[in-house]
Amino acid sequence: MSITEATTTVPAGTWKADPIHSSLGFAVRHMGVTPFRGGFGDFQAALVDRRLSGTARVESISTEDETLTGHLLSPDFFDAERHPELRFDSAEIRRDGDDVTVVGELTLKGATRPVELHGTISGPVSDPYGGSRIGLTLEATIDRTQFGIDWNTELPSGGTMLSDEVALTAELELAKAA
Amino acid sequence: MRVLAISGSLRRDSYNTKLLRAAEELLPPTVEVEYFEELESVPPYNEDRDTDEAPLGAAYLRDRIAAADALLIATPEYNASIPGQLKNAVDWASRPVRAGVLWGRPVVVVGASTGMYGAVWAQAELRKSLSVAGARVVDAEVVVGRAHQRFDEEGRLVDQEMRDELTEALGALMAEASTRLIAA
Repeated sequence: MSITEATTTVPAGTWKADPIHSSLGFAVRHMGVTPFRGGFGDFQAALVDRRLSGTARVESISTEDETLTGHLLSPDFFDAERHPELRFDSAEIRRDGDDVTVVGELTLKGATRPVELHGTISGPVSDPYGGSRIGLTLEATIDRTQFGIDWNTELPSGGTMLSDEVALTAELELAKAA
Repeated sequence: MRVLAISGSLRRDSYNTKLLRAAEELLPPTVEVEYFEELESVPPYNEDRDTDEAPLGAAYLRDRIAAADALLIATPEYNASIPGQLKNAVDWASRPVRAGVLWGRPVVVVGASTGMYGAVWAQAELRKSLSVAGARVVDAEVVVGRAHQRFDEEGRLVDQEMRDELTEALGALMAEASTRLIAA
């Protein structure tokens, strides 16, 4: 690989996310004042021939309150019973130095919409186990109402309890498949 | 298909109970409608008593909901909100979180009042509570205002517009319940 190639493409081959050292999160503005953060504990992601894809089990959504988790899994939000998985599939990742742009499609609650993620790539580095790893840190903002997740409630002072915009973050440590 | 009908009013001549009877008449004959008539026997929710041996009234409520493919709830409006006994039933049925009998169960909420507004606030509050409890609340509304003018002396719903609204709401409930039965 030439020097130019190394800074304009992501590594070829198959790389799988190490679930322990990766995370998938979301943040939605709550009461108009604070980002409320949560995540999905059970997910898989892989970079295969410069395309990123991944799935997450909706039921693995984590919050600090079981009633809230229940509400998030209900038809008001993710409807986990009918849509147990969310999914992302990208086209070839674009790279400019350490910056990457990942254009793909997100399927959530049965709706598939184009999503563009931006972030950085790091590595490859050699791990102590004889393998090779890269890191991808990605962010995107989606409008949850485009996926039919439109629950809200009005605040006494005006405005709504939850923003329509949701920030998604993926921090992936990907290990090269042997 | 089994539908459990719950009237939020305990009164003998309740318009909401009459509304449930009208619904039964409008449902296809293949649908079995059971009336939950023990709302008054469900004690106030108390987490200390919500054990494997829950109070009889609460256990019976949960049992009847669990046996139903769908719920039809008619609510009056007390002080701009859900009658206490009905909200209390939702609270018992919602527990344990994500494993309660309301979880995923299709529900339609209707309501009647003698005032102009047909219990719209109580209906909205009830939909909110049921949704948070994880029920599949169908997107339909039947607002029977001035209820004393909509039923005849035999207690039959005689207002055609209301009958049409009710038919539509029941259709939405049947569609949800069928989807769930097919998926199961």
